[in-house]
Amino acid sequence: MKSKLFLLTILLTLLLSACVPKVIEDPHSSSEPRVLHVLTHDSFDITAELLAKFEAENNVKVMIIKGGDTGSALNRLILTSSIGAVEADVFYGLDNTFLSRALENDIFEPYNAPALTYIDDSFKLDPTNAVVPIDYGDVCINYDKAWFADKALALPNSLEDLTDPAYKNLLVVENPSTSSPGMAFMMATIAHFGEEFWLDWWNAMKNNELVIVSDWETAYYTQFSGSSGKGPQPMVVSYASSPAAELIYSEHVIEESPTASIVADGTCWRQVEFAGIVKGNKERVLAEKFIDFLLSKDFQEDVPMQMFVFPVLPEAVLPEAFEKGSQIPEKPAGLPPSKIAEMRDIWVEQWVELMLAN
Amino acid sequence: MTKKTVWQSIALWLIPLTFLLIFFYQPLLAIFKLVFSERFSDGWQFFKWSQVSRPLFFTLYQAVLSTALTLAVGLPAAYLFARFQFAGRKILRTLTTLPFILPTVVVATAFNTLLGSRGWLNLGLMALFKLDTPPIQFVNSLGAILLAHVFYNSSIVIRMVGSGLSRLNQNLPLAAQSLGASPAKAFKEVTFALLMPSVLSATLMVFLFNFSSFGVVLMLGGPQFATLEVEIFTQAMSRFNLPVAGLLSIIQLGFTLLVSVLINRVNIPRYGKSALAAESAGLRKPKKRIEKIFVAIMVLILLLFMVTPILSLLTRSFFSFEADRAAKVETQAGFTLRYYRELFENREKSLFYVPPIMAVRNSMIYAGITMIIATLLGLLAAYAMQSSGRLSEVLEPLFMLPLGASSVTLGLGFLIVFGSSLLTQGRFQVLIPIAHALVALPLVTRTLVPALRGIPETLRLAAKNLGAGPFRVFREVDLPLLFRPIAVCLLFAFTVSLGEFGASSFLSNVAMPTIPVAIYRYISQPGALNYGQALAMSSLLMVVCVAGSLIIERLKLPGEELF
Repeated sequence: MKSKLFLLTILLTLLLSACVPKVIEDPHSSSEPRVLHVLTHDSFDITAELLAKFEAENNVKVMIIKGGDTGSALNRLILTSSIGAVEADVFYGLDNTFLSRALENDIFEPYNAPALTYIDDSFKLDPTNAVVPIDYGDVCINYDKAWFADKALALPNSLEDLTDPAYKNLLVVENPSTSSPGMAFMMATIAHFGEEFWLDWWNAMKNNELVIVSDWETAYYTQFSGSSGKGPQPMVVSYASSPAAELIYSEHVIEESPTASIVADGTCWRQVEFAGIVKGNKERVLAEKFIDFLLSKDFQEDVPMQMFVFPVLPEAVLPEAFEKGSQIPEKPAGLPPSKIAEMRDIWVEQWVELMLAN
Repeated sequence: MTKKTVWQSIALWLIPLTFLLIFFYQPLLAIFKLVFSERFSDGWQFFKWSQVSRPLFFTLYQAVLSTALTLAVGLPAAYLFARFQFAGRKILRTLTTLPFILPTVVVATAFNTLLGSRGWLNLGLMALFKLDTPPIQFVNSLGAILLAHVFYNSSIVIRMVGSGLSRLNQNLPLAAQSLGASPAKAFKEVTFALLMPSVLSATLMVFLFNFSSFGVVLMLGGPQFATLEVEIFTQAMSRFNLPVAGLLSIIQLGFTLLVSVLINRVNIPRYGKSALAAESAGLRKPKKRIEKIFVAIMVLILLLFMVTPILSLLTRSFFSFEADRAAKVETQAGFTLRYYRELFENREKSLFYVPPIMAVRNSMIYAGITMIIATLLGLLAAYAMQSSGRLSEVLEPLFMLPLGASSVTLGLGFLIVFGSSLLTQGRFQVLIPIAHALVALPLVTRTLVPALRGIPETLRLAAKNLGAGPFRVFREVDLPLLFRPIAVCLLFAFTVSLGEFGASSFLSNVAMPTIPVAIYRYISQPGALNYGQALAMSSLLMVVCVAGSLIIERLKLPGEELF
């Protein structure tokens, strides 16, 4: 018994000793690097070298804090700001469905980044530049190419088409109150049908046995037939970049993606992601440099492969797989941020009332 | 109580209580103070009481059903493992621990390969009865919630009751029978009565886990079902309606407290201390026909509902099923190590790529620290609870509360209280095992209290009379008798930490990513490789869990067959 206990003690000691935090800092550097805190969502990623380069050039250590999904990270920022315990200097990853909430709570300091002059005005949804656009992605319906080919069924060309009985029980969407693509798709239907009629469409879809799940993972991997999960529905609300991801992360080298997006006018919602300098930050100068870095060609060309979103900077070149695998809708839906600010919660309430209460 | 024992029990209470006050009650109070402040009072604008009553009713409803079903599977299973020797017993019992640690996203896909509309069960039924549509609708049903809860929580019953059962003095039911009781009566009046403390403990634990269920309800139950925990998340994170989320949290906590108090009130029969044997009761082969049938049926049930989903996950991580698409480029189906090999590659040179070795290491570190914190504090708390009659009635339920605290609420509380402190420097590593320990602590104390109550006081007195000091008594009398329950506690703490229970998901874990963090990283992106890697990572998580539990189970005292 004693030897076993002894062994256990040693094991535990080893475990404990392993958790002394490793500090990766250069002891020879002449001046201590400053620390810049960046709060972002869980999907954030970047090529490691690229960030290291920024850190070296500016003698800064960038501490990235991941705060859950977009909504959670933003709420975390609002909450900590409200008691003056701001934990980040920069926030990255706010999208246009949450823009109003951020602006209402007045948590960002405007910064007129020089690179903004090159960026298309359609992305600049906040005229005060409290937050600046960094990337965008379109939430679109993805479909299983093989399924439609097998059944020789024509693809729906509009949201209206989807109410046709031929597409009964073929589409899976996410609940807008728990999922960000779900919210985006709901917004697309409001933009397309208008506030008076959008619920009629959803009602028709309910009768056409639309499937609703809580989150993107379940929708894509357990319900959608075009993914590796091989679910029952051949259409899913996902991103226009998902087919490119299927191509890049395919098991074998394949020529074309097993899925594609429906990009007909008004069927997609454009999610624009913003970054902003947090009010009460401790590193204003570095924060500005970081925003400039996010808008630099290097970072802009990095976002497609790291986060499967598109750069807002026109001169950024897209990787080949993106050119081949993803479609960009010509006329995605959009709504004015002020309208979203006013109606967001009411719309969700109405949607839930119609679709989930029975 | 004499003055001395009062001081003793206060000393015992001191450390575990302080821990809870600092790491649980403090953040909780801080967040409540904030969300009910004037600043967020807009949330009350559209408040309706049905926002509380609807989720509350459903939460209770599904928790009662799930708990009953879990006991229906778990109790016979505990009996099976504690009494009978059969081929593959140890492996089967280790496998039943695995569901507990698996992330819900992964469990959802595992069940889908089994019960989904293209799962083998539906395909089989369709072929058998020549049906055009799959007869079983799994995702988005109450059945999915119940099944998943049984899948997740049966191991709690198996371990907690099993630990009591195998130490039960076998002679007592035999004595009852020789005094003329039928085997059924002997079981009911002796075996079951003596097991009551651990059965009650297990029931309470399972109920509380079901009561605060989040992932299972959200993902498998789908949007039309919402427990309080789900509603708290939706209100706080999606609507940013903090006061309503706060109110829901308080109600959830209130019910947790109420249920804990009620269960504590149940009169536990005390049949003297001779009920527990120092050595574990021997396992035997099933002899009678009815015993053989029982063993066969139980093994079948466990294989079907607990092992098959796990095995389907495991196999799927080694097989690629890409070939059945006519329209696609020709691909090969079959055995592949691709997913595992790919885990070791950082193709895009991503900053947040998680090397599998590091993920395993980090998970082990957190689990190790959680084990130490939870078991030590749990031991102190269990002794305190045993030694202080009235005080313990008041304090004991307070230790159960972390199971009823919504992760969102506690997580945000952590942020507010510890967010800017020097201790964590905004990185929170220290807080992660502490958050895990908060969840493990109720399990640990609830395992130890019934075990402690069963230690014959005469043994301790005898030791004292022979001149042993309190520590010697602990080492020579209590420890050997507690060894098995302690091993169960270590296992609980280990699995709670591996499965990342509780508020830790609200603490940014960038510096030391764990296996579940890596799983989410893969499964939140489209692509066959990402899916495969998520499954490979999940299999890795299971391997770590099996290895860990085998080591823990191997710890034993001479002459004692642990489990």
